Amino acid sequence: MNDPCLAFKNLTLGYAGRAAVHHLNGDIAKGSLTAVVGANGSGKSTLMKGIAGILKPLGGECRVSSGIAIAYLPQQSELDRSFPAQVRDLVALGLWPKRGLLGRHRPADRAAMGRVMEAVGLSGFERRNIDSLSGGQMQRALFARAMLQDAQLILLDEPFNAVDERTVADLMVLIKSWVAEGRTVLAVLHDHQLVRQHFPQTLFLARKLVGLGTTADVLKAENIRQARHFHEAWEENAPWCEPADDPSGQIVAASPQMASAHSHSHSHANSNAHG
Amino acid sequence: MADIFIQPFVQYVFMQRALAGALILAVSCGPVGVFLMLRRMSLTGDAMSHAILPGAAVGFLFYGLEILPMTIGGLAVGLLVALGAGAVSRFTIQKEDASLAAFYLISLALGVLLVSWRGSSVDLMHVLFGTVLALNNEALGLIGGICIVTLLVMITFWRALLAECLDPLFLRSVSNWGSPVHFLFLAIVVLNLVGGFQALGTLLSVGLMMLPAAASRFWSNRVAPMCFISIGIGMISCFAGLLLSYHASLPSGPAIILSAGVIYALSILIGTRGVLSDLLGSGRHRTA
Repeated sequence: MNDPCLAFKNLTLGYAGRAAVHHLNGDIAKGSLTAVVGANGSGKSTLMKGIAGILKPLGGECRVSSGIAIAYLPQQSELDRSFPAQVRDLVALGLWPKRGLLGRHRPADRAAMGRVMEAVGLSGFERRNIDSLSGGQMQRALFARAMLQDAQLILLDEPFNAVDERTVADLMVLIKSWVAEGRTVLAVLHDHQLVRQHFPQTLFLARKLVGLGTTADVLKAENIRQARHFHEAWEENAPWCEPADDPSGQIVAASPQMASAHSHSHSHANSNAHG
Repeated sequence: MADIFIQPFVQYVFMQRALAGALILAVSCGPVGVFLMLRRMSLTGDAMSHAILPGAAVGFLFYGLEILPMTIGGLAVGLLVALGAGAVSRFTIQKEDASLAAFYLISLALGVLLVSWRGSSVDLMHVLFGTVLALNNEALGLIGGICIVTLLVMITFWRALLAECLDPLFLRSVSNWGSPVHFLFLAIVVLNLVGGFQALGTLLSVGLMMLPAAASRFWSNRVAPMCFISIGIGMISCFAGLLLSYHASLPSGPAIILSAGVIYALSILIGTRGVLSDLLGSGRHRTA
C-alpha cells in the first residue's frame, strides 16, 4: 500500500455531543479512488466535513498528510444560486488557494480557467448567470472550480445528485483522470452499481465503520444486510461513550451518570449502529 | 432652470455642506447596502440603526448635542450589538435574525429610557431624524473618514465578501476568512449608520443604504455594477431631496429618502430587469 494520504485515528465526529461518525479507524492511500457509501444519516457528509476541516472532531483525529491541499465539493444546497454571479465568478473562486484574499489574478489564471471550463464541457458558458444553469451544468461548474483548486485530495459529496447519465459519465471520466494524475479522490455515492463499476475502494459507513477496503469485499451481502439494521434516528437516552474504550475502538456502553464526569464524552447514537 | 437646481447650493453655505455630506454618505453607503441585500440582511441595517440609539443617548446625556461623544457612543454600542448577535448566531443554535432582534430590542429600549430620562422629545427627534442642514466641519470630516475606511475595507476584502455571500461553505473550506470578514462587514455597517445619523438620523440613514441598493438590483445582474449604480442613485436622491427640501420647505432627511423611494419605485417599473421589461419581453423567445 502507498503512503496514506489520510488517516482516521479513532475519529469521532458529531453535533451537540451526538456521534455521527463513531470511532473510525483506517487509512486512505495516496492516489486512490474511494467511494463513501451508507444510508441517509450514516455520517457520510459529516465525515467529509471533518476531513475538510470544517467540523472539529469530538474525539480522535483525522490526519491529512503534510502538504496535501484539499478541494471539497459540498452538496449543492449550500450555494446561493440566486446570487448575481456569472459562471466565471463561481469557477474563479477555485483560484483562492493560489491567490488568496489579495493576490491579483494573472494571465496564467485566465488560461487555467479556460482549460478547466473546456475539460468540464462548459466552454462558452463563462458569462452565463449561475441562476440560468441546469443541475448538471451547475455540477460541471463546481467540478471546474474543484479542478482549479489543483488539490491533491478531492472530496465530492454526492456529486451525482440529480445529474443525468451523460453528465455522470463525463464527470466520471474527469474523476478518473484526476486519479491518473496521482490525486486522491473520495466521493459520497448512493448508487452501488456505479461504485462497483468505477471505484476500486469503498468506505462503508453506518455511523460506525462497516467496512473499508476493496469494493468487492466491502459491498458484500453480509455488510449490506448489517447496515440495513442501522437506524437513522438518534436515541433520546442513548448511553454515553466511555473515553477509556476509545483507543481500541471496541466500545462498551456506560451509564449516563458515569459518563457525565467526562468532559468530552458523547452519546451512542443508537445501539443498532454498533452492530 | 439654474435658479431651481444650482442657485440654492451657490447662495447658501449650509446647503453646500449638506450636499457634500449627503453625497459622501451616498458613496459610502451604496456598496454596503448592496452587500447587505445580497446577504439577505436588508432588515439588519434597520435593526442596527435602532441598536445604536443608546450609545448616542449616553453621549448626549453627558455632553449634550455634541457630535463626537454621540458618535463614539453609537459606534461602541452598535459594535457590541453586532458582535453579540453575530457571536450568538455563529456559536449557538440560534440564527442571526433572532439573536439580532433580541439584542437590538434590548438596546433600543435602553436608548429610549436614557433619552427620556434627561432629554426632551425634541432631542429624541434629533437623534432619530438628524439635521443634514446643520452639518459642521467636524461632522463632514467624520463622514469623509468613514467613507474612506468603508471603501478601503470593501476593496480590500472584495473577494472574501463575494465568496462569503455566494458560497460560505466553500470559503470556510479554503480559508479562515469567513467569520472575520462577516464581523468586519457588520462593523462597517455600524460605522456607516453612525456616520449617517448626524445627517439623516439613525432611522433614515439606513434608507440611504438600502433603497439605492434595492433599486440597483433592477438594473444589473453583476455585483460591481450594482455597487456603482447604487452609489449613483444615492447621489441623485441626495441632490433631489435637498432641492425638494429647500423649495418646498420640507424636512431634509425624509425628502432625501423619499427621493430614493421614488427612484426605487421607478426602477421596479422601468429597470432593465424590471416589470415592464419582463412584460414587453414575455412570449418572445429564442429557439435554443
